[in-house]
Amino acid sequence: MMESVHKDRIDYRNKIHPHKFALWISLGSILMMFVALTSAYVVKRAAGNWLDFELPQIFYYNTFVILLSSVFLQMSYKGFLKGKEYVYKYMLVAAFIAGLAFVVMQYKGWQALHQIGIDLSGNPSGSFIYVISGFHALHVLGGIVALIMALVYAFKLPYRPTYKRKNRFELVLHYWHFIGFLWVYLLLFLFTQ
Amino acid sequence: MEKNSLLIDDEKLLKEVGVDDHFHDHHEGDPYQSNFFSKYVFSMDHKMIAKQFLITGMFWAVIGAAMSVIFRMQLGFPEESMTWIKPLLGKWIVVDSAGVGHLATEFYYALVTMHGTIIVFFVLTAGLSGTFSNLLIPLQIGARDMASPLLNMLSYWFFFLAGVVMFLSLFVSTGPFSGGWVAYPPLSALPQASSGSGMGMTLWLVSLVFFVVSVLLGGINYITTVLNLRTKGMSMWRLPLTVWSFFITAIIGLLSFPVLVSGFLLLMADRSLGTSFYLSEIFINGQALDNVGGSPILYQHLFWFLGHPEVYIIILPAMGIASEVLSTHSRKPIFGYKAMVISIASIAFLSFLVWAHHMFMSGMNPFIANFFVIFTLIIAVPSAVKVFNWISTLYGGSIRLNSAMLFAIGFVSMFISGGLTGIYLGNSAIDIQMHDTYFVVAHFHIVMGVAAFLGMFAGIYHWFPKMYGRFLNETLGKLHFWGTMIGAYLIFWPMHYIGLAGVPRRYYKFDVFDTFSQFAELNQFITIVAVCTFFLQLIFIANFFHSMFFGKKVTTKNPWKSNTLEWTTPITPGHGNWPGNIPTVHRWPYDYSKDGFDFIPQIQPPLAGESENH
Ligand code: HEM
Ligand SMILES: [Cu+2]
Repeated sequence: MMESVHKDRIDYRNKIHPHKFALWISLGSILMMFVALTSAYVVKRAAGNWLDFELPQIFYYNTFVILLSSVFLQMSYKGFLKGKEYVYKYMLVAAFIAGLAFVVMQYKGWQALHQIGIDLSGNPSGSFIYVISGFHALHVLGGIVALIMALVYAFKLPYRPTYKRKNRFELVLHYWHFIGFLWVYLLLFLFTQ
Repeated sequence: MEKNSLLIDDEKLLKEVGVDDHFHDHHEGDPYQSNFFSKYVFSMDHKMIAKQFLITGMFWAVIGAAMSVIFRMQLGFPEESMTWIKPLLGKWIVVDSAGVGHLATEFYYALVTMHGTIIVFFVLTAGLSGTFSNLLIPLQIGARDMASPLLNMLSYWFFFLAGVVMFLSLFVSTGPFSGGWVAYPPLSALPQASSGSGMGMTLWLVSLVFFVVSVLLGGINYITTVLNLRTKGMSMWRLPLTVWSFFITAIIGLLSFPVLVSGFLLLMADRSLGTSFYLSEIFINGQALDNVGGSPILYQHLFWFLGHPEVYIIILPAMGIASEVLSTHSRKPIFGYKAMVISIASIAFLSFLVWAHHMFMSGMNPFIANFFVIFTLIIAVPSAVKVFNWISTLYGGSIRLNSAMLFAIGFVSMFISGGLTGIYLGNSAIDIQMHDTYFVVAHFHIVMGVAAFLGMFAGIYHWFPKMYGRFLNETLGKLHFWGTMIGAYLIFWPMHYIGLAGVPRRYYKFDVFDTFSQFAELNQFITIVAVCTFFLQLIFIANFFHSMFFGKKVTTKNPWKSNTLEWTTPITPGHGNWPGNIPTVHRWPYDYSKDGFDFIPQIQPPLAGESENH
């Protein structure tokens, strides 16, 4: 079976498929956007006129949700490779649901912020939280679209672990892990600031 | 040079030792060129996309340069009537009771802003690196096309879309954005701040976001292609310097443009969501706004973190092109190949550590400024290494002074002249006097504007035969060169003196400053030369389009006797570049005048008794 995985591999110089390579490069670009936003946060904070407040708890809990979703997706991927079709399909569904839950809970987080009087258009210290987490949520939504496509493949097509499908799955997988760890970075950043 | 007959014929080599990748096995109607639309419009062929970038870039160059001619006329001849241009500019020419028409002040600023935006982004970024990265990366590394032809096509169309939106912004009734190409808040953040800050600025932002998407899609492709699709034998250390420069340019772009996007994101939030990232305690028309807590300096940091790397995104491809052209036409190996690559890489690295030299006067802590002074001055080192190597390449060469070569030499000249003034500006103490004066205008036009244009021209004259299978007219080319070179120096050299005297940039007129009236004639002179130099460029445009159809035909595959792989393709290569096998590579691209051979192409296997091989 592993053989069929490698059969339709195009013979490029490097072992990494160009699409995956291109994805990693774009992840670097996405990372730079968030590095820029967090640097802006640091610079603005140092410039004074800054309102300090506690980040609502829900943002912390939510971190587990997105990490859990990553774990589900990883299990689904393992299932895909090992020919455990059932694991592959249902873990994919689980990852998808956890991903959706994350977005919903981020929304709850914004509501919690609003309740403690921190609004988007107030002091920049609050606006930053909205913009950073909102922009991150947008990237999660992008990932959810990718997951939906993966779900369509999983449920519509007969199960066949070809190289092409493995590669496509890996694109989603890597993006999703990246988005998850990006949130961990953002949260740790906001926590330590 | 009869020894050249020892070299094996290209065709024979391609057949015998080329790589057969079965490209033409499934050739049921080439999907890339089957009809007019897929061949010329939504093409996925890198060579066609390169031409699309080039011609779109030329379109924008004419518009951007024409704008500068118009505002230069206002600067040089503030008293003259401009009613004659009213049919074109309409209400932006304000006619007073005496019948004398002047450029509306808002529109003057709009022209300056659009000129900068268009030339920096649309012409010198997309038109230069878009054109030559697309044309040369696959051809010179021995690839059939880019890693993702689809993304490549999208990259062009996002650029096109950016252009359409920017073009529309020229026609909105409140005028295009007018707060400078750097778009500092509050002018860019408050729609009510000036007439161009409303709809004009919204369109500016939308356009630039599309533009960034285009740059990122292109860059992802360039990097992936260079790293993954090099043909057999093409190690990184055998890449032509052109490919090295495009590759590193793409890396800089992918790391810096996203930061601009983040800066824009906060700007958009300030514009439409009521946040105050860049705004604090502002009065407009005597009314206090309720934005507090923001800082306009924050935007400057984010902008220049892109902005400085961006100037290298513009100049590095020109450097790569100049290196290749200088070496080929002086029939000598490029001097210090490895040093060239390392310089490109260290310039790229350092370009991320110097952005605040644009902000010395923003009230930053002078001790922090010192850090940026030091790194700024260190950039001069790899820049000087490159200049030294170019000159050493020329030294003792059998130089062919054709148009491509002239432009490459002109590039080196401009880069030296403009680089030297950079060292003045890089000292924060001197910059107190120079900042935002015509000295800065002179500096960056020479080192970036003119130098990059000359590099682009060198590339066009050199690779036109590959693009269209015909030559550009040499006589017109030389006229174009000398006119441009002399014109550019006459325009920008005097600006140094004006700037040293403290004349600020971006002012509509200086009649209230008595001390600046001494420059009235100099300003007229600059304007006259600018107008002439602008019209001279039309010769190039005419030459370009005329030669495309009627130019002298290229009759041999390798008209410049060059070593790189693009000259092993047919005179006008079809899709896939090589009709049969792709070439394999056995040496670096700079074996000129070696062991009695005039040149030894990269596809030649080691020769018997050859001295050390790269
Ligand atoms: C030796 C290397 C260089 C040094 C030390 C240098 C230094 C500087 C400094 C300090 C400024 C800010 C001046 C001010 O606003 O007061 C400046 C402006 C500028 N430089 Fe350079 N520069 C160098 C090379 C270049 C190159 C190679 C390019 C482009 C290819 C370039 C493009 C620009 C541009 C576009 C601006 C003005 C941007 C604006 O304010 O609109 N410089 N340079
Ligand atoms: Cu700079």
